[in-house]
Amino acid sequence: MRDELSRSGKGQAMEEYNFAYLDEQTKRMIRRALLKGMAVPGYQVPFASREMPMPYGWGTGGVQVSAAVMVPEDCFKVIDQGADDTTNAVSIRRFFERTAGVAVTERTGEATVIQTRHRIPEQPLEEGQILVYQVPIPEPLRFLEPSEVETRKMHALEEYGLMHVKLYEDIARHGEISTSYAYPVKVEGRYVMDPSPIPKFDNPKLRMAAIQLFGAGREQRIYALPPWCEVVSLDFEDYPFQASRADHDCDLCGAEGSYLDEVITDDAGGRMFVCSDTDFCAGRRDAGHLGRLGATEDVA
Amino acid sequence: MAMAADALTGGFTDAPRQSARAFRAALEAMARPGSVHPLTDLAQAPDPVSPAAATLLLVLCDPETPVFLAGAHDCAAVRDWITFHTGAPLAPAAEATFALGPWQALMPLSAYAPGTPEYPDRSATLIVDGDFAGQPVTLSGPGIETTTHAVLPDIAALQANAAGFPLGLDFYFTSGAELMALPRSTRIASAEES
Repeated sequence: MRDELSRSGKGQAMEEYNFAYLDEQTKRMIRRALLKGMAVPGYQVPFASREMPMPYGWGTGGVQVSAAVMVPEDCFKVIDQGADDTTNAVSIRRFFERTAGVAVTERTGEATVIQTRHRIPEQPLEEGQILVYQVPIPEPLRFLEPSEVETRKMHALEEYGLMHVKLYEDIARHGEISTSYAYPVKVEGRYVMDPSPIPKFDNPKLRMAAIQLFGAGREQRIYALPPWCEVVSLDFEDYPFQASRADHDCDLCGAEGSYLDEVITDDAGGRMFVCSDTDFCAGRRDAGHLGRLGATEDVA
Repeated sequence: MAMAADALTGGFTDAPRQSARAFRAALEAMARPGSVHPLTDLAQAPDPVSPAAATLLLVLCDPETPVFLAGAHDCAAVRDWITFHTGAPLAPAAEATFALGPWQALMPLSAYAPGTPEYPDRSATLIVDGDFAGQPVTLSGPGIETTTHAVLPDIAALQANAAGFPLGLDFYFTSGAELMALPRSTRIASAEES
């Protein structure tokens, strides 16, 4: 399956649509927003999000950003919670295979554009790669302050006290910062940004060599992180940020440092932990690494 | 007045794919300030517009983006070319989303919109076309792992622009078929100081 899919792009797009689906004026509008986002890292640039042939919540923002940056020579990968083989990932990959004629892959190292829902791949990304995030709620302050007028003013005035109060209340109630995903970050010491609902395990990876673009279709916002941008997870001196993960090894490939999904295997309390990044896990198994259940489970 | 024939030529022959490749180079340039990127798919505008600047205009400008032309770039042939190929309205500096010209003619930077505190994206992007008298600088900030070197005109004006972050102007420097970008987020030190 993996090998069949790799580089299987037909090199031919459907004739009925413009290259990468969107019309040129829409792409220009998105491209201008992307450049502004790049120039002001972490700032949410409004853009005129279009209706896409998929429902809100399925990655319409990410798809529009991918369409605006894609070139015919790209190799495209889509992951959903780390997995290449979920409905969402498969349909978005097929969408661009058909409308842009680009090659597609499941291998992180081969991809030039990676659209992601809620994970950063385990394999470090390199210069020349672009990571496109699907973002549901781009405004990190939204659940603390419902008014867009107010949150925009708070960003303008760099007034982020409310966010620290929220993290403090976490500590007061639970004894630790219990926010485990969409953990707020401060970008280049200026804007507080929602890194999309990635697990906080992934937060330290946000400073990377690749370009990171964030698209929120329903909320009509685009933002970006240039390579090597300084991204700091908010915390307190006495309660420093901690990237957390399940305290296990992957049961399939034995990886010790990867982010894990818990899978219930029967109704008697049986469970296993597997890498959430399917390409990372499969790559390790191809290389001969075996976990606790790796020899017995068929997880194709 | 009849349009000159060369106002009608020099556009893309396959706009979706050519502008996609050109934008990718422009995005990489803005993401990695100070790095020089060659463009492969070039548009050709009347003199004195460089192929790189002409390509940027086609990729980024349309009826929604007022364009200001400065210096020798503000001539009938260039105005006609931009109108025909992009439909962008020509506007004074203060209203422009994009400005095109040589560095000296584009001055002063205070003439352009730097955005507002609520909407720092409502700012102008300057396309500085052609050669300029430059000084070596050391750049750091977003997009740069440690530091990088570049040659920029009028360091003091650009430092003042960067000091206004998140407000400010973003720049493309174009020459021939190459471009380099300088967003407002880049910190600039003259090479002698560092």
